[in-house]
Amino acid sequence: MSKYIVTQNVADCIGCRACEVHCKDKNNTLPGVFYCRILEVKPEAGGKPGSDFVYLSCFHCEKPWCVDVCPTGAMRRRPEDGIVYVEQKACVGCKACITACPWTVPQWNPETGKVEKCDLCKDRIDQGLEPACITKCTTGCLSFTFPDKASQEARQSYAEKLLKHRR
Amino acid sequence: MKETQYSICGMCAVRCPVTVHVEDGKPVWIEGNDNDSAMGRSLCAKGGASFAQRLDKQRPTAPMVRMGQRGEGQWREVSWDEAYDYITTRLNAIIAEHGGRAIMFSDRGGPFADLRKAFVKALGSPNYHNHDCTCGRSVHHASQSVYGLGRKGFNYDYENARHIVLFGRNITESLRVKEVKSFLKGIKNGAKVTYIDPRASVTAGKATRFWQIRPGTDYALLLGIAHSVVYNNYYDEEFVERYVIGLPAFKTFLAPYTPEWAAQETGISAEEIEAFCLELKKDRPKVIIHPGWNLARYRDSFYASRMIHILNALMGSIEQPGGLFYVKGPKDAGKAGLKSLGALSPAVTEDRADGCGTRFPLWDKGAGMLHLAYEAIETGEPYPVKAYFVHRHNPLIALPDTREQKRILDKLDLIVAVDINFSEMAWFADVILPENTYLERASILRTEKGLKPGFGRRQKCVEPLNNTKAGWEIYCDLAKRMGKGDCFPFESIEDIWQYQLQDTGLTAADFDEKGFVKLTDKAIWYDRDNLKFGTDSGKIEIVNPKWEAAGIVSLAPYVSPETPPPGSFRLLAGRSGYQAHGHHHNNPILHEFLDHNKLWINTRAAAELGIKDGDQVRVASGDIQGVITAYVTDLIHPEAVFMLHGYGTDVPARKRSFGKGLADQIFMVGKLKAWDKAGGGVNLAESFVTVTPV
Repeated sequence: MSKYIVTQNVADCIGCRACEVHCKDKNNTLPGVFYCRILEVKPEAGGKPGSDFVYLSCFHCEKPWCVDVCPTGAMRRRPEDGIVYVEQKACVGCKACITACPWTVPQWNPETGKVEKCDLCKDRIDQGLEPACITKCTTGCLSFTFPDKASQEARQSYAEKLLKHRR
Repeated sequence: MKETQYSICGMCAVRCPVTVHVEDGKPVWIEGNDNDSAMGRSLCAKGGASFAQRLDKQRPTAPMVRMGQRGEGQWREVSWDEAYDYITTRLNAIIAEHGGRAIMFSDRGGPFADLRKAFVKALGSPNYHNHDCTCGRSVHHASQSVYGLGRKGFNYDYENARHIVLFGRNITESLRVKEVKSFLKGIKNGAKVTYIDPRASVTAGKATRFWQIRPGTDYALLLGIAHSVVYNNYYDEEFVERYVIGLPAFKTFLAPYTPEWAAQETGISAEEIEAFCLELKKDRPKVIIHPGWNLARYRDSFYASRMIHILNALMGSIEQPGGLFYVKGPKDAGKAGLKSLGALSPAVTEDRADGCGTRFPLWDKGAGMLHLAYEAIETGEPYPVKAYFVHRHNPLIALPDTREQKRILDKLDLIVAVDINFSEMAWFADVILPENTYLERASILRTEKGLKPGFGRRQKCVEPLNNTKAGWEIYCDLAKRMGKGDCFPFESIEDIWQYQLQDTGLTAADFDEKGFVKLTDKAIWYDRDNLKFGTDSGKIEIVNPKWEAAGIVSLAPYVSPETPPPGSFRLLAGRSGYQAHGHHHNNPILHEFLDHNKLWINTRAAAELGIKDGDQVRVASGDIQGVITAYVTDLIHPEAVFMLHGYGTDVPARKRSFGKGLADQIFMVGKLKAWDKAGGGVNLAESFVTVTPV
């Protein structure tokens, strides 16, 4: 895992697709190419009405299989923070990374014949900013954080909920 | 060089404040203007596709004059001079024969409409309209008849509410960024949400209670609720005693409308209605019952909305944290407002062609009723209407029955569309004057009402990429060419800003820091012990004598809606959070999120017709028909089918979306003449369609 984590509060997600659009606008991706996606999970028959929406991007794995299988070293992991990204100049378009990734996250660009993917907007991170999808999320349901901080915040929020209706 | 500009998003009619970063003349980043804390950096998908809109070439990029028949799509690119000459020659002939009143105008309203209203006034016509006959007119008039105050006179404090009640107000998809953020905070703070809709939208998934109501029976449910609230004394007696008149008559009127009766009509059990009403009693006054946004739906929408307005009063939730609050203007902050551009034009004394103010004495003359202006075009009564300016408004898909509209509009001598898209309306026009995208234009200053009133400014962030102009330039140019330069003595947007600000003590430079100026630091609340309402009595009027005298009864008996015959369904439409009003379906980024709409049809109803999920089905109304993919689901009531609006365009220049999916409004055959007789809005949910397997 990169030292960062992206969390999503599903209760606050409205499936508005803004994160995907902000990503496409920032990265100028082709139609059909999505570094992050919102997946609609429709309700089960007889269950609660209305869909839920789940945000899925690259997990920036601690041991990224995509990096392991890349024959040219194009798929890389930034040593300082673990961001997994593609060095475009070195990519030969073999698609091994797409096959290796358990979530098929690396995206194919048919125009360049190369793979591209989420790099957590590392140019923004290097300026002390957050990724586009998270910065501009309509409802603020996405957070760019660190695992220990995410854990603490989730527990804190649960604790507050637990005692909300105490006598 | 890197610059930060503040603009106001123009991708939809919500017009959120945005920050735009520009590097060497190119826009490189856009986000919500976080000087406004309720907005933060948030931006919806439509706003996120602003740069893509600017780069899109499947839009009008130069003035165009029609060749061939209307709607045929034969265009000739012309210079601005030639386009203006074409328009002014015809306008002068029309004015010479029929007077300035023969000119009509429509747009989508909003905070920048003052410029367009001034243009219409300068030409000597009373016939400005906005889009509201397809939106909130009935809600607006209902509000006026109860509170003496327009529908935008109140806003809602969701964040602090205990119970939010939504009759089809789909907050999470018919999206306003600040509103949805406040709504979700309210839920996080423990608010209950009761959502009522024949279809389970995304908002239903956020609700604590979802009632899949029989379509067309909102008024019945509201009567049942009102019965329970009044007969059980669940209302705020102190507030009602002080501010509400007409309760005894109301109680008598409600006698037959018990929850048991309402259950028969709506399909929602009396026990559930009673349980809900008991909750209201416990949760009030922090209760918000949203009076409807786009409630141009049913023939009794005025009365449904009126009942909601009354129920809010019974909850005592007026000017109440966690309830409804008055939006405050500059006056409330002790300051002068923006000077209206229309003040430079002589008053127009002609009656309106649509009858607002005459035939319909209490209907607001400000926004008019576009569908009734169509009657004037058709009949020449009360006088001939011959020219139509349509400003970024698309009535051909917003109003019912596109075919009938085209037949009527073809009687006009001149149709001018000012647009940034090849809307269906622009495609049917004689001249298209292409407007700059919002990033490429400044606009007149706007008033921003709320607890902390102020003014906002849209800056021009970048240069236009095409041979287009800003709206203010177009109308100033045209006014000058029509000899009305005195009414528009402006050479630049700065001249206009200076004029607007003349009484305020502010200058345009005051907007540089944040993009807006607040006139107070503290939220303004009125003294709740001394509220004054705009009705003749100064009270909240359950029975309004003025409206009754004009023939609009205050408490109308309920009439049960027609049940669709077997194989037929009531056609409902709505929108997603990422495409609205047909504006975004051809956007280079947004189009790919959904390029074909589907027909939601109930599982049981579909089974009876032999329709499976994913099947192609034929939708028909009379001789109008089309094929669409079925989405078979329990999330829609068996009497209704639903489709997202804005699909199925017949404009070939919009290549990404042309012919994809189906348009709902084409099936509303004959419905241009069926409208809510009390509130005036058109009825966008009163059409039946047949559905058959292909």
